[in-house]
Amino acid sequence: MEHIRMPKVENVRLLDRLSSRKAAVGTLYLTATHVIFVENGSETRKETWVLHSQISSIEKQATTATGCPLLIRCKNFQVIQLVIPQERDCHDVYISLIRLARPVKYEELYCFSFNPKLDKEEREKGWKLVNLSEEYNRMGIPNSYWQISDVNREYGVCDSYPTEVYVPKSATAHIIVGSSKFRSRRRFPALSYYCKDNNASICRSSQPLSGFSARCLEDEQMLQAIRKANPGSDFIYVVDTRPKLNAMANRAAGKGYENEDNYSNIKFQFIGIENIHVMRNSLQKMLEVCEMKSPSMSDFLWGLENSGWLKHIKAIMDAGIFIAKAVAEEGVSVLVHCSDGWDRTAQVCSVASLLLDPHYRTMKGFMVLIEKDWVSFGHKFNHRYGNLDGDPKEISPVIDQFIECVWQLMEQFPCAFEFNERFLIHIQHHIYSCQFGNFLCNSQKERRELKIQERTYSLWAHLWKNRADYLNPLYRPDHRQIWGTLHPQMAPCNFLYKFWSGMYNRFEKGLHPRQSVTDYLMAVKEETQQLEEELAVLGERLANLQKLQLNGNKVKSKQQDRSKELALSASSNSLANTPQEYSNDLKSFPSRSPSQGDEEDSALILTQDNLKSSDPDLSANSDQESGVEDLSCRSPSAGGCLPSEDSGKDSDEAVCLAV
Amino acid sequence: MEFAELIKTPRADNVVLHRPFEPAVEGTLCLTGHHLIFSSRRQDNAEELWLLHSNIDSIEKRFVGSLGTIVIKCKDLRIIQLDIPGMEECLNIASSIEALSTLDSVTLMYPFFYRPMFEIVEDGWSAFLPEKEFEFLNALTDEWRLTYINKDFSICPSYPPVVTVPKSIDDETLQKVAVFRHGGRFPVLSYYHKKNGMVMMRTSQPLTGTNGKRCKDDEKLINSTLGPGRRGYIIDTRSLSAAQQARAKGGGFGVEVYYPQWRRIHKSVERFNILQESLIKLVEACNDQSHNMDRWLSKLEASNWLTHVKEILTAGCLAAQCIDREDASVLVHGTEGTDSTLQITSLAQIILDPDCRTIRGFESLIVREWLQAGHPFQQRCAQSAYSNSKQKWEAPVFLLFLDCVWQMLHQFPCSFEFNEHFLVTLFEHAYASQFGTFLGNNENERSKLKLPQKTMSLWSWVNQPEELKNFKNPLFEANSLVIWPSVAPQSLQLWEGVFLRWNRPSKFLDEAQEEMRKIISDNRVLQEKVNYLRRKVAHMETNDEMQEDL
Repeated sequence: MEHIRMPKVENVRLLDRLSSRKAAVGTLYLTATHVIFVENGSETRKETWVLHSQISSIEKQATTATGCPLLIRCKNFQVIQLVIPQERDCHDVYISLIRLARPVKYEELYCFSFNPKLDKEEREKGWKLVNLSEEYNRMGIPNSYWQISDVNREYGVCDSYPTEVYVPKSATAHIIVGSSKFRSRRRFPALSYYCKDNNASICRSSQPLSGFSARCLEDEQMLQAIRKANPGSDFIYVVDTRPKLNAMANRAAGKGYENEDNYSNIKFQFIGIENIHVMRNSLQKMLEVCEMKSPSMSDFLWGLENSGWLKHIKAIMDAGIFIAKAVAEEGVSVLVHCSDGWDRTAQVCSVASLLLDPHYRTMKGFMVLIEKDWVSFGHKFNHRYGNLDGDPKEISPVIDQFIECVWQLMEQFPCAFEFNERFLIHIQHHIYSCQFGNFLCNSQKERRELKIQERTYSLWAHLWKNRADYLNPLYRPDHRQIWGTLHPQMAPCNFLYKFWSGMYNRFEKGLHPRQSVTDYLMAVKEETQQLEEELAVLGERLANLQKLQLNGNKVKSKQQDRSKELALSASSNSLANTPQEYSNDLKSFPSRSPSQGDEEDSALILTQDNLKSSDPDLSANSDQESGVEDLSCRSPSAGGCLPSEDSGKDSDEAVCLAV
Repeated sequence: MEFAELIKTPRADNVVLHRPFEPAVEGTLCLTGHHLIFSSRRQDNAEELWLLHSNIDSIEKRFVGSLGTIVIKCKDLRIIQLDIPGMEECLNIASSIEALSTLDSVTLMYPFFYRPMFEIVEDGWSAFLPEKEFEFLNALTDEWRLTYINKDFSICPSYPPVVTVPKSIDDETLQKVAVFRHGGRFPVLSYYHKKNGMVMMRTSQPLTGTNGKRCKDDEKLINSTLGPGRRGYIIDTRSLSAAQQARAKGGGFGVEVYYPQWRRIHKSVERFNILQESLIKLVEACNDQSHNMDRWLSKLEASNWLTHVKEILTAGCLAAQCIDREDASVLVHGTEGTDSTLQITSLAQIILDPDCRTIRGFESLIVREWLQAGHPFQQRCAQSAYSNSKQKWEAPVFLLFLDCVWQMLHQFPCSFEFNEHFLVTLFEHAYASQFGTFLGNNENERSKLKLPQKTMSLWSWVNQPEELKNFKNPLFEANSLVIWPSVAPQSLQLWEGVFLRWNRPSKFLDEAQEEMRKIISDNRVLQEKVNYLRRKVAHMETNDEMQEDL
């Protein structure tokens, strides 16, 4: 609390991001965990809550006549534009937020104060919802080829790995330790996914410390052990997910990649996925496009292309597809690594698992997948998502990209996933929110030291409790029998990769389809279920009535009113009823012809003042500007409305009619 | 003329058919006067492909040794490849297809030969008569009348015989106005907005010329549609500079001083060869599988197709907004009033009028605002994206309109009675069809060709219950409100159902459609069962009570 210089500011304006003419006036509150804006106005008092941990940047802009603007960008892609009347207040809010948005200790994070009013038992149960050793059992492990190794107990070999690691049976502790010494950050090859149908597996590690010529017998033995754990195949693929140039540059630093000559029976393959810095910049560029005030189609497409974002998504998918094909179709095991093996490797292993195994396309399975490939294998959540104040160069949307890959797959395979888009969006949100303990810290070791499970709650339990919200009505559980492995088009079907406005323009509701097919179908399904229940009840009553009549008994059956007319919430028509600003021309309608001659040019440039005074009749009817404005304000999601072309302009400026 | 003369080789065996995403099939190829028929010889899964010659946009041939290959590119954007053994056979077949797919005379087209295999319940040719439409209007307002001034097409060759005009304007005045308007297209009623009595009219450019000619009767007509204190917008679908340039050729735009209650807005919408070029580029990009992600997006951008969609939809929204939100009437025109004008008036109606979002209402809209309004379908849809002819009258104006409708359907998936398949079907039939509906360029030509007598209407076929069910959107819930689509680039998407239809695997999307239907139909079936039981129980209980009362 000591960081809050200014707990409350009144008469703050919350601007609509896309149109400066629509603003809400209200009070801004700063609390220990949230920024809260409460709109004035007796009826609605709409509230906007933003967690400090969601704030990615705060920008104080030049003071204008109307106040001091403050721009808050969030990690969940919300952008909030405030105007604070007093410069001094604005400064205080700014300084407070700067500090609040960059906590230095884990204890400052929301999850340590968040209390969903669950007792200890429930909390513990929540943490047990996802159990990795159960997951490896499900894969069929341990078995005669794979075993659990205790070599990393107490994190003695690799501090960013979990304590329980699955390795080939023939890999002795000596081999593992030896191999770990030859790998960056000692991240030795370990099992990520095992396909019990054909014994092929996906293993992961970091890059070898091969430099230009170094070798390591134990590492070579380790890869040989992985190969032997799949008796059906006489080689394994080693997939380096970096661009070749990057991998070669690493050799100069004593790192690098496997030399095929030194390892018996490996096939080495580069799949160029760019590094975290390229990805960070790419997202930045794409978000700039999303934030454009009124982009033309060309601006948008050109900007999207220029950001390279979809190209990167496709590269990750291609890598996942390559691995899934190797495992499912060739029956060949794959070792995946990048540099440290905790970013691109996590992306690629989880995409491949998702393609291979329908279990990961269920809600629970997806939680397990994130727990397996991301949380347990030491993806650096804290650094990548900036939970604590740290090096901005460490921040990168690594898991965001994975989540988008899943969405792209959902678009291509609408019946293959048990969960819907909302599920993905909420997971993304909570990776940044720090409301739950799951994604804290950079490794399992750190989380255990912090006693996360005793002090915070699990996101998975929260999502599971609300699972009805996250169901995909089109999901067909028999999909796996019919289709098995998903085969996204391996051919360069670029057009299958689309911009995800549901995520990156998440808060601009007006840009999204106005009616949700998912919600509509879920409502129908729910109604169907209720009808089934009613059918059973009615059937019973009918049978009773018939019996009674048969017996000539005149006992009246109880009137049961089960009128379960479900109002389908399909048509969110409040939205449907709001036009966007399709033209600026409308607001400058003069009631009489302004020109006496044929001189359009002079006649058609009117100032706003001019208009208002010239025509009392019209302004009585409605202010020309608000005449349009009214239309767009009505919807709560007015934010979604199309930006008007002059929304940036001051309203006093001359309005040039498009003539 | 006998088609047989054009068919040098009517049949070829051991032909191999290649299509994307399907294994190659060997079979027999037959040519008839109107069809290319391919039937596979596989016993287990025999299949036939019937392709209308008129659907063929271009044909390419090449040879490797004595094996000839024909690549056929269709107006519905599909591309198939046929490997035909024997150089002579291949050449013969290629030249036959070329000749048969480019017949000059309309009366040789398939609709004149097609005999329907179904029973006609309702004749589509007489299903949407202007008189019937007018009855509805007349029940709401008495300010309009039907005029038969154009019954012999002498006043305006591209208008239908019957149009709706202001009641206060007599035929004599109309005649004078027609002289002042391009192609004789005097202002007529397009839409009446029940909610506030505002109207949308359409016309063509006034022939003001360089010296600013005026026409008192034209002013009288247009001004008469606005009551005192009312206002209106003239939406010119050209940019101001294009409209100014048009004056040099005798055209132009109305000067506001003579139309004091009207305000002019220029909302530029592209036309003619620019649209055709755009379609060609877009389809090229969609068919090019070799490029990487970046090239795809830049080619999509360079085609400008989505820019046109955005422009047209925005103009339609603007017209609707003037009417519904500004309480103003609207008059729309461009140059000829047969292309962009119709895109805008019809889109505005879909936004404003829930009836237009039903199957029947949409058909009626197509008839009124496109066919009767004189959109020159035969010229515009003569060729599609693969044509080399590049005639200036070819343009995907109607396809762009359908694309805009699809964008709305995408944004309001529960507000339309029809589905995407219906829109795709209309696109196909506009370019090649067994039905006569889209033949000819206007009602005048259609009546000369005696299409209603000699051909079958598309609507006769579509409106049969067993066909209709394929075009129904299972998610439809009548929505009586005005729907305001978003025209932001993030909201507009490539219409995959047309442009990627043949380039993407569809089985997973079909599966989703099927699942959707199943969810809805399960619900309906159950609903009926429950209702039945409810009634039955209620009935028995009242009987029970009556017995008790006795």
